[in-house]
Amino acid sequence: MSKKLKAVIIGPGNIGTDLLMKMQRSDWIEPVWMVGIDETSEGLRRAKEMGIKTCSTGVDGVLPHIIEDDIRVAFDATSAYVHAENSRKLNALGVIMIDLTPAAIGPFCVPPVNLKELTEKLEMNVNMVTCGGQATIPMVAAVSQVQSVAYGEIIATVSSHSAGPGTRKNIDEFTRTTALAVEKIGGAGKGKAIIVINPAEPPLIMRDTVHCLTEEEPDQKAITESVLAMIVEVQKYVPGYRLKNGPVFDGKRISIFLEVEGLGDFLPKYSGNLDIMTAAGLRTAEMFANEAHEGNIQLPARAQGV
Amino acid sequence: MNLKGKKVVLHDMSLRDGMHAKQHQISLEQMVTVASALDDAGMPMIEVTHGDGLGGSSVNYGFPAHSDEEYLQAVIPKMKQAKVSALLLPGIGTVDHLRMAKDCGVSSIRVATHCTEADVSEQHIGLSAKLGMDTVGFLMMAHMTSAERLVEQAQLMVSYGANCIYCTDSAGYMLPDEVREKISALRSAFGKDIEVGFHGHHNMGMAIANSLEAIDAGANRIDGSVAGLGAGAGNTPLEIFVAVLDRMQANHGIDLYKIMDVAEDLVVPMMDRVIRVDRDALTLGYAGVYSSFLLFAQRAQAKYGIAARDLLVELGRRGTVGGQEDMIEDLALTMAKEKGLI
Repeated sequence: MSKKLKAVIIGPGNIGTDLLMKMQRSDWIEPVWMVGIDETSEGLRRAKEMGIKTCSTGVDGVLPHIIEDDIRVAFDATSAYVHAENSRKLNALGVIMIDLTPAAIGPFCVPPVNLKELTEKLEMNVNMVTCGGQATIPMVAAVSQVQSVAYGEIIATVSSHSAGPGTRKNIDEFTRTTALAVEKIGGAGKGKAIIVINPAEPPLIMRDTVHCLTEEEPDQKAITESVLAMIVEVQKYVPGYRLKNGPVFDGKRISIFLEVEGLGDFLPKYSGNLDIMTAAGLRTAEMFANEAHEGNIQLPARAQGV
Repeated sequence: MNLKGKKVVLHDMSLRDGMHAKQHQISLEQMVTVASALDDAGMPMIEVTHGDGLGGSSVNYGFPAHSDEEYLQAVIPKMKQAKVSALLLPGIGTVDHLRMAKDCGVSSIRVATHCTEADVSEQHIGLSAKLGMDTVGFLMMAHMTSAERLVEQAQLMVSYGANCIYCTDSAGYMLPDEVREKISALRSAFGKDIEVGFHGHHNMGMAIANSLEAIDAGANRIDGSVAGLGAGAGNTPLEIFVAVLDRMQANHGIDLYKIMDVAEDLVVPMMDRVIRVDRDALTLGYAGVYSSFLLFAQRAQAKYGIAARDLLVELGRRGTVGGQEDMIEDLALTMAKEKGLI
């Protein structure tokens, strides 16, 4: 039996297509289905050309094939509004759901911080927070792993071209969800998130700034080491994740200035915000596959259709 | 220019844009004192919040002396005729802040976006309109786009429910011809039910001239701040503007001597420094940079030894927009490293 877990991607938009391209290089995940709702969509056409099965009747259209194709993991890149139903239907068939929408019905997942814990528990639905959250929460966690962080604040700046209509229509979702995850996963007592959209041409690469206020005087050496080590962890799945400046220490304030360049798979390199989401989502699924292969977790039992 | 008999609604910014100049440290007592005096002088609208609007309290923009809620609750009950507005920048503040402001008695919400990114304001403009508030779409850094594009963005905001659109010269970059072109374009794009406003900064010394041009081109709401207390070289100084409007026999409804006294007796003594077109403020206007960057750039100069002027020019070259205060320290660090200073 192959060690690879078979996957379905729901939502053939920019995120879904970029995810598919990354997945085709994966040692652990094999893309099998792309699910959309419009037969004539570009995304489904692209997926077909890339040699995977497509379905244009939404999640319901793929349900009859889940067992026979041994689909074990699903990536939802649609919207928060339909995610809950998609997840319920697929979970019922024993499919692990990686949620790239802002729905957040399952626990937040920021791979270098808490992925191991989530896979060990075999969480059947994990949420990938937001692009700004994926880019910054590892840094908040790097500081809070050294000493107590009273307040964590992140500012994500993305180019106008890489802020899609979903983000724009519901921008409060970004600030709320990210702030909450800065607390829950980053370990800050209180979290705050800000997003800025910049229309400059040529488009700027995603920038992220993290400010932490520690309870006590910061241990500069230990925090710097922890931050640098965490950068390396994120670079394992986002090679263009870079520390531009800092950590800067000013009293109890610690500031970290980051840049996130994407791989340029389907989305342009400046869209580090979208790349870090797809990369983190894939990384998450790979960890489930790895844990299952090692025998550390037991995937839901089902009659083998293959 | 003939403005005789023209009705102009003035909107004071000293307690919101002025928060930038005061590093958001205006006390509750100062807020109430200044707002009450403005109310008594006949100022029809007064804006009160953190300089970066509702929810602006942060490391990035500065923690204020008091929360937006505390300021609004202190000021609003004291107003006899003035309406209080609150600014909201989507991406910083949320609809939760908007509801809080409404509960405090705010009657006007100004939803501010960069001039080409109006589609982030749908939730906030929609809710404000639904709550029956005066709802303003505030297109910032309006010098960074064309009149046609500005109109398209304004149309989005109107489609979400805005009843007034502002052309906002956040960098104090515009010269009168540009103000005329943009205000005229906005005015002719909408019917009488949509008001048009102008918000200026005095970084190029043009705030009064630009505001007059805006009225002549069809704007009926004009922002300014008493004694010019605002970011950069400040906003259109309202006591001067009222005197000018008076001479031109425009219909502004403000008591000139009273507003002169608010400026001289209350606001000037509050200032941390003289607000004038110094070389750094002038650079904001000249390079087209967001006015609230001024003090951040000056602090970065003090800390890293890179001239504020050099920082501001580079930020302008990079097309930095409102809200990117974090990039000032980042740039200073990068430039200091290049120069071998750190």
